[in-house]
Amino acid sequence: MSRITLSNLAHSYLANPTSDADFALKEMDHVWEDGGAYALLGASGCGKTTLLNIISGLVRPSQGRVLFGDRDVTDAETTERNIAQVFQFPVVYDTMTVRDNLAFPLRNRGMDAAYIGKRVEQIAKMIGMEDRLNRKARGLTADAKQKISLGRGMVREDVNAILFDEPLTVIDPHMKWELRTQLKDLHREFGHTMIYVTHDQTEALTFAQKVVVMHEGRVVQMGTPEELFETPAHTFVGYFIGSPGMNLLDAEVTGSEARLQGVQVALGAAYGPTTGRTQIGIRPDYVTISDEGLPVTVLRVEDVGRHRIVRAEFQGQPLNAILPEGMSVPADPRVAFAHGKINVYANDWRVAPMGT
Amino acid sequence: MEKTQNNKAWFLVLPVLVLVAFSAVLPLMTVVNYAVNDTFGNNAFFWAGLEWFEEMVTSNRLHEALGRQILFSVIILLIQVPLGIFIALNMPKNGFWASFCLVLMALPLLIPFNVVGTIWQIFGRVDIGLLGHTLKNLGVDYNYTNDPLDAWITVVVMDVWHWTSLVALLCYAGLQSIPQAYYQAARIDQATRWSVFRYIELPKMKGVLLIAVLLRFMDSFMIYTEPFVVTGGGPGNSTTFLSIDLAKMATGQFDLGPAAAFSIMYFLVILLISWVFYTVMTNLDREENR
Repeated sequence: MSRITLSNLAHSYLANPTSDADFALKEMDHVWEDGGAYALLGASGCGKTTLLNIISGLVRPSQGRVLFGDRDVTDAETTERNIAQVFQFPVVYDTMTVRDNLAFPLRNRGMDAAYIGKRVEQIAKMIGMEDRLNRKARGLTADAKQKISLGRGMVREDVNAILFDEPLTVIDPHMKWELRTQLKDLHREFGHTMIYVTHDQTEALTFAQKVVVMHEGRVVQMGTPEELFETPAHTFVGYFIGSPGMNLLDAEVTGSEARLQGVQVALGAAYGPTTGRTQIGIRPDYVTISDEGLPVTVLRVEDVGRHRIVRAEFQGQPLNAILPEGMSVPADPRVAFAHGKINVYANDWRVAPMGT
Repeated sequence: MEKTQNNKAWFLVLPVLVLVAFSAVLPLMTVVNYAVNDTFGNNAFFWAGLEWFEEMVTSNRLHEALGRQILFSVIILLIQVPLGIFIALNMPKNGFWASFCLVLMALPLLIPFNVVGTIWQIFGRVDIGLLGHTLKNLGVDYNYTNDPLDAWITVVVMDVWHWTSLVALLCYAGLQSIPQAYYQAARIDQATRWSVFRYIELPKMKGVLLIAVLLRFMDSFMIYTEPFVVTGGGPGNSTTFLSIDLAKMATGQFDLGPAAAFSIMYFLVILLISWVFYTVMTNLDREENR
């Protein structure tokens, strides 16, 4: 087990990349601490899988280095890296029994038979397949196969890291929950570095201590779920995390005030001069609807159970608000923003308030 | 609405039946006729019963030809199957070179049998053949017309040259059906090259491989044209395989009775072995799907 460092890393699938757009992964420096549980979150096609494949050695990066601890493994084969990876779609060796499938990585490492037997039983119990160990892996259901893949990923105790590439896509919802809990338990017990790729924010936020958000081949933010929620570093994070995502309104920011086409809004902190397109961002959770504040036009109200989502418009820009149970929309609806919950963005990146 | 039963549709099969009877069944029956009769020409037949069969079953000449035939089939299977797999594993998987290799591999399969024979007949000649002459100048004592071993080597190499691509192409098709994810998973699981072959590639190739073995066995067991053109069954009888012997007997010596009995047994042997192959194949399939 060791710390994984990505230094100056970038990757393009083209032989001679010229522009920034040719890169599936833009240049990045990133450190995955030993024993951390990370979620890698982002929309489909943002480079998550590429990043995983670079860490596991299935893809060689076009530039930069990959280090395990102090060892440079950029040119090392996957087999030398001793890393486990579970793919989105199940891969089982279908001529082998379930038992042999689980034992395969251990046998390849030349472990002794008694240990393998014991370890396979343990893993089988964890994935709930003890009763099917001796049957052929062929002809099992997709989620049974994926559980075998997961089991194969977890069977080695001494791996440097376990990478999960949207592993629960094909699994039943209730089983999903259970397996995710088991992965967390496993992490607590053995302390493997785990990187869990997903595009499902609930999955990411429940699994990980640290969430890494990727957007268009870049890591835009790494932080705790709370940080991602309260202070998104990039408008994409604001939009991608939370349901519905963060409201973004074009504004001019001077000092501690924002001017929204003539209407003044207090920001709760002072900002220096901004360049480029300036926006303020506020979570729908921090928007209250009453008869005071900025006038909005309500388009519709969606009932999602615990609360209602008000879809409104402020000067032609969409603005969502969460309406707690029992409250109703007034006849002349106006919105107010909670104090200190507004973030300021210039060209999509968060601007830190002065004095922080 | 109830469907009306109309068995008249069977009449549509009639033309095919007539055609097959004319082209296959009746000629075969002629052979059966010759096998159980003796004739001195003029369409005069004398009942011989199983006499010819008895003669053939106990004939040394046939035993020897059968021995050579089995040896030949075993040798070429032992060479062509591993070699075909090896070539398939090393062929490029995509791009220009993949197509290039495919075309190159398909070429020997497109050459008519007796052209292949002629090519090798000339190629191996010591006086004018490129191979024969070169070997002679290198001081190798090679002469397929005198030396039984040289004749065997020539015939075997020729068959390997002609047919290994078939095995390779079939295996290649099997390999192409393996998703990349399996290779990736195997790398993650730290599998050795041998394990990848044993647990991923071989299982996926097994189906086509059995077909390849069956085809190569049947073809090699019936081989006639190429060795006939190259060695004519010689020197002596050393490369006289079953069908060459059969042709000698039937059209060379006009021993139509024994030759007919021989043909029928020959046919039954091939049918039997193919049936065994087929049964093994389907049983393996069933076992796997359990």
